[in-house]
Formats: sequence, structure tokens, C-alpha cells
Amino acid sequence: MTIKELIRSAEFEIVAGEKGMDNEVEGGYVGDLLSFVMAHAKEKDVWVTIQGHINSVAVASLLGLSAIILSEGVAADSEMIKKADEEGIPILRTKLSSFDVVCKVSGVIRT
Amino acid sequence: MKLHYQVDGDNFLVAGEASASLKRTLKQLGIDASIIRKISISMYEAEMNMVIHAYGGVIDVELSADKVAIILKDTGPGIPDIELAMKEGYSTATHEIRELGFGAGMGLPNMKRYSDYLNVYSEVGVGTTVEITVYLT
Repeated sequence: MTIKELIRSAEFEIVAGEKGMDNEVEGGYVGDLLSFVMAHAKEKDVWVTIQGHINSVAVASLLGLSAIILSEGVAADSEMIKKADEEGIPILRTKLSSFDVVCKVSGVIRT
Repeated sequence: MKLHYQVDGDNFLVAGEASASLKRTLKQLGIDASIIRKISISMYEAEMNMVIHAYGGVIDVELSADKVAIILKDTGPGIPDIELAMKEGYSTATHEIRELGFGAGMGLPNMKRYSDYLNVYSEVGVGTTVEITVYLT
């Protein structure tokens, strides 16, 4: 499944990185501590987090993540948006809690 | 092949650029994705430590047929107790840094876990040198 298809089936707002809309999604990871994300998230995962700053994009880019989903209504700051556009890493935003995002995403990608 | 990077201290806007640049180079060279992952994780942790704790520093990378050797050198405050710093969960990062998601106390443990060889030399008031080696085969 691609990010584009994921957005179509869940209520996520795209705020940056539209170049990466065709990125493939194979799984996901949830977490706000960057070292844990570095150690455990896998290539082609979507990453659910509340870290709406530029360093999240660096982590996603190094790991080859397919997108960052900002949960709990968190906004991406302007540096994050700029970097995500450059790197082609989609940033999606939602008011849902991280738990509810996972429920939604897993319902979509596992069917 | 030798590569050299300058890392700015306390500049979170460009933090991780050296690791990202090495990753692109390794990808172009056709290095296996699982090896690139090991290098990216361990180098990013070391690079971020330099930014967070040591006012930046320099990174030298030597790529050879069988391995990637990364040496990160800073003139920061140094690590008084390396054994303690290696402990999972131990961190001296400030509250502000932790709010960004750093300071989980997993930096050095991740370097150890994802590299094939890790050496940390440090002298308080002088600086720290971290050597990371990852084998390509």
C-alpha cells in the first residue's frame, strides 16, 4: 500500500513531503524517543509520533521510513515542513491519539 | 575513499547531515541496505552526541573494501565515567533536549549494538573520540 492510498482510507491531513506520496508502507512504529525509533523502526514503516520538528525528518530519512504521522493534533514546525519537502518524506497530521492512529493504520494495511 | 565532515554544536537544524550524507554515498556505492542501516544508526547517535554534549566536532570516515571506519572527535567536556555512560537509560541531557526526543540514554548502547567495533576514549575537559567500525561482509 502507498501513502496516497493510506490517506484515502483514513483521516490524515498531508502537511508536507508530497513528493513521497507513492512511498510504500509495509508496517509501522510508534514512539517519541528518537533513539528507540532509530533502533527499532524499519525501512518502509510509517512512524507515529508527537515530535513535530526537523530532527524527526533526519531520523525518517536515515531509516528510509515511508512517512511520519503526527498524532494528538501536534503541528509540524516550519523547518520540519521545509526539510520534509526537500527529502520527500510525507508528514501527515491528525487529532487522533497515537493509539487510535495505530488502530486505523493497522486496520488498513493488514487487510 | 576518505570523507571528512564538520559538525556544528547546538545546531539542531543541520544535526544529522553528516550521517545523511554518508548514507547517500554508501547507497550510491551499492552497499547492502542492512549494512547501511547499521552504519546510519551508530553514526547518527554519535553525531547527535557531539551536537548535544560537545559543541560539535569533526568526523573522518574511511571506506575500504571490507569495512567502514568512522572516527568522531570533539573537544567537549569529556565523559567522566564511560562505563556509566554506556548503561541503557543513563543520560545527562537537559530537559529541553529531552523534549525533542533525545536523551533517552540509548545513544552509546545503540552505537555498541549496531557497530561491529566501538571504542570510546575520553578525557574530562579535553574531549572525546569515538571510533566506530562496521564490516561490509
